Amino acid sequence: MEQSYLLTYLLAVPIIGSLLLLFINKEKAHLIKYVGLIVALIAFVISLIIYLDFNDQSSDFQFVHKFNWVTNLNISYHVGIDGLSMLLILLTTFLTPLTLISSWSGIKNKVKEFTFFMLFLELGMLGVFASLDMFLFYVFWEAMLIPMYFIIGIWGGERRIYASIKFFIYTMAGSLLMLVAIIWLCVYSADLLGGFTTNLLDLYKTGPTINTTIQGFLFLAFALSFAIKVPLFPFHTWLPDAHVEAPTAGSVILAGVLLKMGTYGFLRFNLPLFPQASIDYAGLISVLAVIGIIYGALVAMVQTDMKKLVAYSSVSHLGFVMLGIFALNQEAVQGAVIQMINHGLSTGALFLLVGMIYERTHTRKIADYGGIAKIVPYFSFALLFTSLSSIGLPGLNGFIGEFLILTGAFKSTVLGSWWFTVFAATGVIFAAVYLLWMYKKVVFGEVTNANMNSVTDLNFREKLVLVPIFVFIVWIGIYPTTFLKISDKTSEHIINLVTSPVNQIPVEKIDVK
Amino acid sequence: MFSSIQEFYNILPLVIIGSGIVLSVLIEIYSKKSESILPWFSILVFLSAGFYSLLSVKNESVVLQNMLSTGGITNIFYFIFNIGAALVCILSVDYTKKYGINYGEYYILIQNSVLGMMMMAGAKSLFMIFLGLEVMSVCFYVLAGVNRKKEEAIEASLKYFLLGSFATGFLVYGIALIYGSAHTTSIDVVTAGFAEYSSDIIFLVGILLFLIGFSFKIAAFPFHMWVPDVYEGAPTTVTGLFSTIGKAAAFAAIIATLTALFSGENTSMFLPYLAVLSIFSMLFGSIVAIAQSNIKRMLAYSSISHAGYILIGLASGTSVGVTGVVFYLAVYTFMNLAAFGIISLVEGENDKNLDINSYAGLGTKSPLLAALLAIIMFSLAGLPPLAGFFAKYYVFIAAIKSGLTWLAILGIISSVISVYFYLRIVVLMYFKEAEGEVVPSKSFSGFFGVVISVLLVILLGIFPGSLLDLINSYL
Repeated sequence: MEQSYLLTYLLAVPIIGSLLLLFINKEKAHLIKYVGLIVALIAFVISLIIYLDFNDQSSDFQFVHKFNWVTNLNISYHVGIDGLSMLLILLTTFLTPLTLISSWSGIKNKVKEFTFFMLFLELGMLGVFASLDMFLFYVFWEAMLIPMYFIIGIWGGERRIYASIKFFIYTMAGSLLMLVAIIWLCVYSADLLGGFTTNLLDLYKTGPTINTTIQGFLFLAFALSFAIKVPLFPFHTWLPDAHVEAPTAGSVILAGVLLKMGTYGFLRFNLPLFPQASIDYAGLISVLAVIGIIYGALVAMVQTDMKKLVAYSSVSHLGFVMLGIFALNQEAVQGAVIQMINHGLSTGALFLLVGMIYERTHTRKIADYGGIAKIVPYFSFALLFTSLSSIGLPGLNGFIGEFLILTGAFKSTVLGSWWFTVFAATGVIFAAVYLLWMYKKVVFGEVTNANMNSVTDLNFREKLVLVPIFVFIVWIGIYPTTFLKISDKTSEHIINLVTSPVNQIPVEKIDVK
Repeated sequence: MFSSIQEFYNILPLVIIGSGIVLSVLIEIYSKKSESILPWFSILVFLSAGFYSLLSVKNESVVLQNMLSTGGITNIFYFIFNIGAALVCILSVDYTKKYGINYGEYYILIQNSVLGMMMMAGAKSLFMIFLGLEVMSVCFYVLAGVNRKKEEAIEASLKYFLLGSFATGFLVYGIALIYGSAHTTSIDVVTAGFAEYSSDIIFLVGILLFLIGFSFKIAAFPFHMWVPDVYEGAPTTVTGLFSTIGKAAAFAAIIATLTALFSGENTSMFLPYLAVLSIFSMLFGSIVAIAQSNIKRMLAYSSISHAGYILIGLASGTSVGVTGVVFYLAVYTFMNLAAFGIISLVEGENDKNLDINSYAGLGTKSPLLAALLAIIMFSLAGLPPLAGFFAKYYVFIAAIKSGLTWLAILGIISSVISVYFYLRIVVLMYFKEAEGEVVPSKSFSGFFGVVISVLLVILLGIFPGSLLDLINSYL
């Protein structure tokens, strides 16, 4: 097969960038910031080049680059993308430079380490989305914990140590069980394929032939790992802690991209590898997703801390994505994919805004604010705009995703009941309640806190961060086709793999130990 | 003595170490500056023996009246032992000065113990195993107490000696019973007639006692009682020696006896024993390590838990498992040597700075050292892309291939538990402010040894293929 090196270049950029940083004197904080930003922008440019070259009429993996890594175990360096990973890679390279700009003044100590870990994190995220080898995927998936752990632990808030350890252990516990499942799957497939391999494309062929009971176990082992990352109710408890304690850049990346790795994992691994189990467990996962939507929204409603409110709103929004994935039809999955992007943009922007105002006032308590509309008009507008996008106002991006998911779930034959849609739809209403309540309390009314009078409005750098996000929020809201068509064929392909799995290997041959 | 010159070349690694010992003794006797010559001389001896073993890995043969095998997996073990010992010597140069234990004997004993390990790894006869084990252990007993002025060191030495002798007793008794039943000590003959002998209960008891004797040496639960005290009391670099290549040597001896047995049909009867040992070692080590506040004790329990992971490979009873074990031992050697090397740098006189809280704020005070220790902690916890992860991955593959998925799951539970205490060191170094005045020593040689070990850990993590292929081609 013809090899394309573009993805490898994309992955190499953050590596080279972070190595370059090691040789810069840590006193030169300004230079370090610029180097970090330039590296992140180069990665963005490369991903744009990949996008321009991307063929959205095909569901095959493109830009494939493969060579042997560990010959002994048949592990390869094997990268390639389809429509789903294309969108998420764009999201990653888009958000990373913005977060670097947003933390320009917020991160004052250990700038070098911070920039290093951000680039390291970008590498991990891109690697997860581009890997087509289970082992390679797992390496990126786990390696990514390290930078996030440091970002929360070093630059986080008061309870940062607790939050970082909880984040780390929680995630690792889930993913190690997945490791056993991966090895089991590979060992099982070795008999059918005539050799041990971790190549995902080969495993796609053998996964569906596993008998139903064991498929269920493997599905659950993978699902646990991804559900913790999403986070799906009831595995969400690490999220509020991690979000609240993380610095703004950490929260943005966490909400914007890291959580998507969980939903991406469901689409990339759970559904095609274990189609029968996916259908069997679709009901259970959808129930949890709907509980997550309502629970997240209700808990967000009673928060007194803005950042925590946004964190719980993530639980609710990701519930929609999960519901969309397991409705298992074209509309719902497309909705889920676009909702992943939407959530990255609007929740990312909400975290950025909370971070910006926090930098000025050093409080995130909703009660400390009030009546700042006159003092900081630009900020107030930005917050309103982002909140509306998050609520799902027609014309903005959130509406598209939620609408597609809800109609898809309504029609879903796998779920077989419109009750899911009924309950999930209440989440949209609740979202309006908690976000507008917060908005009202923070922005309108009388100024009760005298400190607020001296707060300055958004500066140029902050507007520079927000404007690109707003452009995409409107773009997706008005003309979503640009983005939907990227993943259109991929979603269709994934659904086909689930609903009519290809049993290329005769079932009689299978003898499970 | 030698039937051919080739035979001499084949056992040249042993000859190099042996002549190294004799020369070292002469240097010690006749030179006034022996303390400053011997470390570098030993390093030279170890490196030449180590690299020669690697180069002559193809010389597979059985020499000295079927007592010793050479080439193949034996030479790979020689390589691990010698490189590990060279690293221990580099780390010791300044450390021994700091503690006033800078004796020439220190290095001679290390050379001697390595000779013992090499005899164990290449043994083709049960007597050879016993001989090697005793050569190694006696040196270890002395090394543990090399700091004569320190009470804990003497206690460690005595405790090690008593419990070690006890274990050797089991071993010898086991060998005696095996001999009584099979009328031979040759491992090959015992293996060939295993099916016949195994109907004899005396023979089976002999093998079990033999395994129990080695369970002491590899520090597996419930034969681990000596580990924490000895690791804590002995000088840090010596602890590094015990916990890495000392342990590797014991595993090498088990492999030398058991791999031959695995090929037979009736051998699976010992695998449950290894599996049970593995479970308890992993879980016990990981859980108790959480409660430790002394970093050396913490690593002692971590070493018990790692013995458990390594046993997973053996318990799977296949050549994949054994490959995993050898790879794990190599990786573990470099990880732990780096860890103990860093401890020896941070450690002050009179056992100061051994409490884990001494590591608070190290990330600011000594960024390089902290970064190295963090890498090692992540590797010990089993995070990719470091070598510790790949080693675990390989033994888990072996277990699942043999249908021991539950053992792999228990291994994973233990890994998750262990993350907590490994990360605690990272938390202290990076997320906490410094409390006391902890100044790591500026020992260039010490730093150098640690950096080499860490580089090996990273390289083996990213490119495990070369070593794996080497091991695999001789199994």
